[in-house]
Amino acid sequence: MSKPTTLFEKVWGRHVVREDANSSVVREDAGAPAVLYIDLHLVHEVTSPQAFDGLRARGLRVRRPDRTVATMDHSTPTLPRGLAVVDPQAEAQLRKLEENCAEFGVQLFALGSADQGIVHVIGPELGVTQPGRTIVCGDSHTSTHGAFGALAFGIGTSEVEHVLATQCLLQRKAKTLEVRVDGALQPGVGAKDIILALIAKIGTGGATGHVIEYRGSAIEALDMEARMTVCNMSIEAGARAGMIAPDEKTFAWLKGRRFAPTGEAWDKALADWRTLRTDDGATFDASVKLDASKLAPMITYGTNPGMGIPVTDTVPAPESAENAADRAALAKALDYMGLKAGAPIAEQRVDVVFIGSCTNSRMSDLRAAASILRGRKVAPGVQVLVVPGSQAIKRQAEAEGLDAVFRAAGAEWREAGCSMCIAMNGDQLKPGQYSVSTSNRNFEGRQGRGGRTMLASPLTAAATAVTGRVTDPRTLMGRDISGSAGALSKPGDLA
Amino acid sequence: MSTAGKRDAFTTFDSAYVVLPVDNVDTDQIIPARFLKVTDKRGLGESVFADWRILPDGKPNVDFPLNRPDAKGAQILVAGANFGCGSSREHAPWALVGWGLRAIVAPSFADIFRQNAMKNGLLPIAVDPAFHAQLLEARHANPAARIAVDLPAQSVALVGGPSARFEIDPFAKECLVNGVDELGYLLARLEDIKRYESTHA
Repeated sequence: MSKPTTLFEKVWGRHVVREDANSSVVREDAGAPAVLYIDLHLVHEVTSPQAFDGLRARGLRVRRPDRTVATMDHSTPTLPRGLAVVDPQAEAQLRKLEENCAEFGVQLFALGSADQGIVHVIGPELGVTQPGRTIVCGDSHTSTHGAFGALAFGIGTSEVEHVLATQCLLQRKAKTLEVRVDGALQPGVGAKDIILALIAKIGTGGATGHVIEYRGSAIEALDMEARMTVCNMSIEAGARAGMIAPDEKTFAWLKGRRFAPTGEAWDKALADWRTLRTDDGATFDASVKLDASKLAPMITYGTNPGMGIPVTDTVPAPESAENAADRAALAKALDYMGLKAGAPIAEQRVDVVFIGSCTNSRMSDLRAAASILRGRKVAPGVQVLVVPGSQAIKRQAEAEGLDAVFRAAGAEWREAGCSMCIAMNGDQLKPGQYSVSTSNRNFEGRQGRGGRTMLASPLTAAATAVTGRVTDPRTLMGRDISGSAGALSKPGDLA
Repeated sequence: MSTAGKRDAFTTFDSAYVVLPVDNVDTDQIIPARFLKVTDKRGLGESVFADWRILPDGKPNVDFPLNRPDAKGAQILVAGANFGCGSSREHAPWALVGWGLRAIVAPSFADIFRQNAMKNGLLPIAVDPAFHAQLLEARHANPAARIAVDLPAQSVALVGGPSARFEIDPFAKECLVNGVDELGYLLARLEDIKRYESTHA
């Protein structure tokens, strides 16, 4: 019987082309890291142009165009298509990606394509994200794909060039961190609240150097889209990647997707995917536990994703921090945010609500937001942007009438893209404005210079849109919300 | 090998330094997203820490450490813990190098930033909190204080003061000291890659 191993170790082990050469006596290796094979490389317009230039400078080709998929998401406008891209620099970047993909034979889902969308939304949607695969992208939220039991992580542009040229990366094996979440979530509390609570507990550097595996009954109970939300924000705890063992929900979600295996190949893949679990008796380098039943809807009050509290709580005082550095950081954050220590966060007025991003722009997120907004109006003076993660999600949401729900409430229904999560595309906060945002980062200026971001779930964001103040969604949920969060979307829905 | 990238060898140097003793400096602060629409690596130095360094009216923030007269010519930044957290944008080290930095000294670094930095001739030096505090105090007492870096010996020292050893991945060190990039090594492994593909992929 071989030594029990973790899910991460299994996927890692399958992709080692050449072992870590630390112990090698071969001089040329000079203690080189392992050569790790990459099954899928996702590419977008912002972090790739310099990598393609690097290939040209060395006279290299893309080694495996068949394992490379590109889309446009970060700098694309989300106003109705057909309008010119107003920013000439952004337009030049989009053209560059088109030229590069044409020259190097890479499949591109460009602006205007029926499959365009946020890179971490379309990967799973197309079925190129599969259990056991190694997946990289020049984007830190690549951790999203770990929800399928893939080893998926963000890389810089130099490494984008490495993968384009060789389909491999030089990597040291990460340590493992078990995050065990047991218990049943209360109504109104979801995946976003789990991950915000975890980051609040361990901090933005708490998982540095580690790959997280999320386990436990609360994780198993999550649907695939909710699992993607959890894995998406692994990087906000500093983790290299986040993974969840694939199960029947994973397989059901993938079956029938365009690039998923079919027929005999499906049966073979399934038999293999069922082995992708952490063995009994396998050990992790570190472990953290959360009790899902005790969680409330979470919201951030500060300038990093670790500064989160239950929506029912008050803004913490700098004096309550453990050490001088944390006190200084908290004081600086509250100053930037214009928030007072001791004030209930639920009284905070907001200017903008953003529902979207690779964290929360999928069907279950939109259904959850619509469940609150249906038959209600957005508070006067509040701008609400609802931005679907992909064109396929946009079509599905429109087929379900969700766009009409949002519009009737007074929200804007936009085209697919990263939008106000990264504010590269015209969607941004004005200085001093407050937003409640379903995205993943509340760093200073992230949503526009001087903008003040509070991260929360789609339910909390929608409830806030209705009242104009940070709102516990449970106060608006005592009515029929059938058709809301939790429904599994079927492949056919997104065809 | 014709395909190997060459850059200047990184061995020893000493320099004045600037201090930014803030923890969790994220890559959105190092280079805000609106500057990521470029398609080359040049010119980002003038936008490094843009929202901290430049006031909303376009004037320089004279209180920001990198804007002070004594920051001129400094090639080392001493920063707080978890430096470079957030996005994977390699524009962050491009901007820091573009401003003129060659090393960042901090109690700890975010993973992706650390990897990106070393690929661009920017050395992340992790030091223990006590030595870190000494560097901050020395700079406070004397703005002309200098730090000496010896990468082959893995040593960082306050010139005329205490020194410390730092850890670095041996392969990254080899690449930096010899001024070569990692892609040359990977390209030399193509036979291994083909063999793997023939049985796995």
